[in-house]
Amino acid sequence: MLDVLQGFVHELRAAGLPVSMTENLDAMRAVEHVDMADREVFKAVLGATLVKHHNHWNAFETVFDVYFSLWSPGVDGDEGSELDEAWQAMLADAAGAGAGGEMSREELAQMLLDALMSMDRDSLRQLAANAVTMFAGMEPGRPVGGTYYLYRTLRQLDLDDLGARMMGRAREQSPIGDELGERLQQEEFNARLKELKELVEAEIRRRLVADRGVEAMARTLRKPLPEDVDFMHASRDEMIALQRAIYPLTRALAARLAQRRKRRNRGHLDFRKTVRASLSYGGVPAEPKFRNPHPSKPEIMVVADISGSVASFARFTLQFVYAMASQFSKVRSWVFIDGIDEITRFFQESEDVLDAVHRVNTEADVVWVDGHSDYGHALEVFHDRHLKEVTPKTSIILLGDARNNYHAPQAWVVGALRKRAKHVYWLNPEPRGYWDTGDSVISEYSAYCDGIYECRNLRHLEQFVTTIAEA
Amino acid sequence: MAERFESVGEVVDRLRRVDYLADANIAGVVYLADKLEKPVLVEGPAGVGKTELAKAIASITGSRLIRLQCYEGLDEAKALYEWNYKKQLLRIQADREHESDWAEVESDIFSEQFLLTRPLLEAIRSEEPVVLLIDEVDRVEIETEALLLEVLSDFQVSIPELGTIKGTQIPIVILTSNNTRELSEALKRRCLYLHVDYPDLDREKDIVRVRVPEIDDELAEQVARVVRSIRELDLKKAPSISETIDWARTLLFLGRDEVSPEVIGETLHVLLKYQSDIVKARKELVPDDPPLKGTGLKGVAAKSRS
Repeated sequence: MLDVLQGFVHELRAAGLPVSMTENLDAMRAVEHVDMADREVFKAVLGATLVKHHNHWNAFETVFDVYFSLWSPGVDGDEGSELDEAWQAMLADAAGAGAGGEMSREELAQMLLDALMSMDRDSLRQLAANAVTMFAGMEPGRPVGGTYYLYRTLRQLDLDDLGARMMGRAREQSPIGDELGERLQQEEFNARLKELKELVEAEIRRRLVADRGVEAMARTLRKPLPEDVDFMHASRDEMIALQRAIYPLTRALAARLAQRRKRRNRGHLDFRKTVRASLSYGGVPAEPKFRNPHPSKPEIMVVADISGSVASFARFTLQFVYAMASQFSKVRSWVFIDGIDEITRFFQESEDVLDAVHRVNTEADVVWVDGHSDYGHALEVFHDRHLKEVTPKTSIILLGDARNNYHAPQAWVVGALRKRAKHVYWLNPEPRGYWDTGDSVISEYSAYCDGIYECRNLRHLEQFVTTIAEA
Repeated sequence: MAERFESVGEVVDRLRRVDYLADANIAGVVYLADKLEKPVLVEGPAGVGKTELAKAIASITGSRLIRLQCYEGLDEAKALYEWNYKKQLLRIQADREHESDWAEVESDIFSEQFLLTRPLLEAIRSEEPVVLLIDEVDRVEIETEALLLEVLSDFQVSIPELGTIKGTQIPIVILTSNNTRELSEALKRRCLYLHVDYPDLDREKDIVRVRVPEIDDELAEQVARVVRSIRELDLKKAPSISETIDWARTLLFLGRDEVSPEVIGETLHVLLKYQSDIVKARKELVPDDPPLKGTGLKGVAAKSRS
């Protein structure tokens, strides 16, 4: 058991979770106190000792499922034989002898429907296992990822159809009536289908682990933590996780900055208060009092490229900056592709940042000629229209990969902006190694910037915002 | 020291008896906290019952609850102990005529009778069993967190003039945090970590039924479903458990035995506290979007139809 636990901790560390020595020891002591058969509790106990950050929970869950999947509650009491059976069925299937077990597709679908309607979890688990046997077509040693099998199984099961049939049945049993009831019912069924999907996923993972061994599976399934997800290559689920991570992150950052600012800029000595305070020490000014500081908050102008390749990066950065708006005296923003448009109004009109971002994507007027990035033209227009508004208190942040489609870069604009502004920064979502390759002209611009940052994930973004808010 | 719980199941049962419904995660961690004698750091959105958990544990173990509410600017004198310097001053002045030995006076004024205990020290010195609740620990500055470390890891307090005061018993310690800032590694390392999230449908329904006993099963189910639906939306502040309970009470009070769009429209402000959230939820859940004033009439119309 301790060996398994050590491997487990090792894998957690490899996935990026900071697990310290004491936490490791705690986990070892903890498992002595609980019964491993109760998986939920076992997981809770390991999580409580090893994972100290909620964002890391997903990564932990994945590793946990891989490492302890063979102990998961089986369909029968006896784990080993049940798994072997499943495995035999799978082999038979692969040889073409099983002909899909004893059940036909229709029967399976019917039974699934029944189980889903009554939410009978045991038979649902059994059926999920059957479905994997029938549809996934798993073969031992085949170097294919779990998602492939999952996709094959789910395509055959056709969850949308199942959902529709469930709705149909629910309507037969009792007329739901209004739209609200319909919606709630639909959501309930969606939740059940999601559970089914998770069961199928768990089943596939279990068989893969049995086939390939724990370490290999853990390696293939390793997922980056939300703060390490690359903006430019995030999958849809990762996007959602990012979205969720942004708000707490900005709140935490804002609190930290506010505190630091308060401590750093102590105001001038307040003579009156000091004298008053000295009265309680018999006239000795033992405790000097200070005025409240007047923190000077920077003014921010964000100019973002929102062409396809960097759109999600621009979106997250805008969201981040506006969530931090209380830390700046003023925030204005523009977006461009080859034309440029000010979008401050969207953020002012709507309280909801996401809503504003959505309007930016649909309403902003950013195409001038052909809708391919043209930094030169966009910057020139910005220069002509807004140079006057740039003051020595302004920090300008330019966002983009500087892939200019071989147009003229017009880098002098950045120079002109820098002369008037406090700082000009450039954030580039590409890895440093790709800069200045192909049509990227980042170094032309960087010559005029105060700082140029590689900004590929939330961690980078957070670091950058800390820098400018304190500058 | 006597252990408080026999098994995880027992934790669940006993918590249930004081109307706190714990899932496997919560109960598992509470059980472990008792076994390993470690503090528990509870994080999660506001209003999911973090503080309530500490109260429930105190009540099932028959312990006294000592609460330290954290806030910005909390210091040693408010959290650990303070010398009662007015009393010390009196002692010194009373002594002026006798001209007694200074060393004697000094040892006298730094003795226990001049010590004012604050929550942390009190929890450690207490003879009876206690549950120590350190509420909203994320509100103190990161430097102040260090004050807690000695108490949390060794259950002792060092007072320079008196020496180290060690606890007679090891209390259950619950720290709560709303996650407004990242807590220090040192603190997290000393604690077990428990993230409490919004409950799933079944648990929420159970909670509503336990907390609002007069409600019937049907309505509780509907309430839980609507709340789940609202939490799915992208809101500034999703409804918490306490708001769900308030809403269920409101419905009962208004004499509604069914959740219809009109009823939701009328009572949405119990669940949601931001105007933009209310507008958004209304748009999603109340199909024809009746203006606020008109809801009464429409409600009547819907009633007569059904």
